[in-house]
Amino acid sequence: MKEFDELLFNEEFRYTEEHEWVSVGGAELMVGISDYAQDQLGDIVFVEMPEVGATFARGEQFGTLESVKAVSELYLPVGGEVVAVNEALGDSPELINQDPYGAWIVKIRPSDTAELEQLLNAESYRSMLRG
Amino acid sequence: MSEVIIPGASGIIQNEPLLWEKGGKGRRGMCVPGSDVPAAELPAALCRGELDFPELSEVDVVRHYTRLSQWNFGVDSGMYPLGSCTMKYNPKINEKAAATPALAAAHPMLPDELVQGSLQVMYELQSYLAAITGLPAVTLQPAAGAHGELTGMLIFAAWHKSRNSRRTKILIPDTAHGTNPASAALCGYKPVPIRSGPEGILEVAAIEAAMDEETAGIMITNPNTLGLFETRIREIAAIVHAKGGLVYGDGANMNAIMGIIDARRCGVDVLHLNLHKTFSTPHGGGGPGAGPLCVSEELARFLPAPRAVRDGDLYRLDWGGSDSVGRVHAFHGNVSVLLRAYAYIRSMGAENLKKASQLAVLNAAYIKERLRGTLPLAYDRPCMHECVFSDAQLQEHKVTTLDVAKRLIDCGYHPPTIYFPLVVHGAIMIEPTETECKADIDQFIAVLEQIVREAAENPELLRQAPLRTKVRRLDETLAARQPCLCGS
Repeated sequence: MKEFDELLFNEEFRYTEEHEWVSVGGAELMVGISDYAQDQLGDIVFVEMPEVGATFARGEQFGTLESVKAVSELYLPVGGEVVAVNEALGDSPELINQDPYGAWIVKIRPSDTAELEQLLNAESYRSMLRG
Repeated sequence: MSEVIIPGASGIIQNEPLLWEKGGKGRRGMCVPGSDVPAAELPAALCRGELDFPELSEVDVVRHYTRLSQWNFGVDSGMYPLGSCTMKYNPKINEKAAATPALAAAHPMLPDELVQGSLQVMYELQSYLAAITGLPAVTLQPAAGAHGELTGMLIFAAWHKSRNSRRTKILIPDTAHGTNPASAALCGYKPVPIRSGPEGILEVAAIEAAMDEETAGIMITNPNTLGLFETRIREIAAIVHAKGGLVYGDGANMNAIMGIIDARRCGVDVLHLNLHKTFSTPHGGGGPGAGPLCVSEELARFLPAPRAVRDGDLYRLDWGGSDSVGRVHAFHGNVSVLLRAYAYIRSMGAENLKKASQLAVLNAAYIKERLRGTLPLAYDRPCMHECVFSDAQLQEHKVTTLDVAKRLIDCGYHPPTIYFPLVVHGAIMIEPTETECKADIDQFIAVLEQIVREAAENPELLRQAPLRTKVRRLDETLAARQPCLCGS
């Protein structure tokens, strides 16, 4: 497992305390999991994604990640409608391990962008992890 | 320091191909005498092309399965401290009882009057399980724990429906068994996760905040998956009941509390038992199991039918009324497991079942106290039948919980449960059960202490483990991503 100073962060994104990230800006936002999360989970072997068109409230479970260690829930950082799911993860779930900030899981159209303000920025997420 | 004696050793293990890769044309187990009946022509429509059946002699088959069995590890080979699974030794007399031809070979469609013995066993087992749990009405049908949970959720739904109460949610603590939310969801309920408190058990306030009149009830595993007793269970049950909900008890950890805790008096309305865990059926190979469901008097009318009942001197199957949620298993459930449980309960007696639970808890508490200086405890409070450690100290040496588990295999032990429960980082969950004697537990502790020393002195040894097994560390990731389920 990585040491703290080996962890990668995307300075542009917002984060949840459950280690999801969400991109900022534009009509559609990407959602994925942080480098810390993928490192903790270990090799990811299956991603269960929602249907396109499904809507979720902020903090609601929208999918699951299965790693060799455990099955973990995915919670949506901001509420909205799923406009795309990353089909590539179906055959290649390892993309999340290889490039956690490139391998988005869903794209959503947020119902209220003000919810972004309530998330952690990279700096505060980093301090949360540092404890 | 005296040398640690390790039970694991290397011996000759034979390679063995798959059955259809061995054998040869014309080999057979026995020679059938030539037929003196004229051959009948098979209609062409019933014939298929060449089937790829292996042709094998008796010794081919016996060696095949004997060799495979030698690759295996079970409770009959050594200590199997797999937390949450209750891998205790199953006395052979229960196997013998279950194999009694009059019971084992009884056809499930025989009329009641010809299977009085089987029905008597079912009836009496129902009453023993009622006595053990405090919940008076019992179905033996569910085939395993999760099946019992699903049946329990169907009963929750039927009860609410009978009261014209529409509920959509179920509270599921983060220390419940992993199947609980799945069972609730399968029944149409939305699982609402509840965080356990800093002491590893539920806090009354969390339930108070979450329980409302949209919520059908709560599913509590007690003792929970941290091996801790939910001490606030009665207050929690009162809150749930006050809001018109029901309390489901996951009895998978019953091995800790037989004869000690009365689930009914704790406020539990519905509870399943895992007979294969607590009541002595070899398990871990995927079944069969049995997950009988015990319910309060009020909920009895919703139980699946049929159930065994007694009419005077006769036993018969009762097919229930219109409130029953219906059948959940063909015929009588997994009868061989019921027979083992019956034999186990009868051969132990009430006092010894209680003693078994006391020893199961004592053994776990002993391991917890002896190892507390070796590995960090996840929660430092009295444990029940299992204890949970974290990997906080192993991380300093860049050694993982998985490495420790693999090294334990080299030393001759089945590893404990790892990475579960999820609320503990790198969890190592040890359930010794009551059937291990102190000398064997001391040996296990000494081996684990040695492995933790090795983690500091020679971490590479752990990272390379297992070194003495027939196969080395398997690629679990590849196996999960590209499973090969049909041989070569």
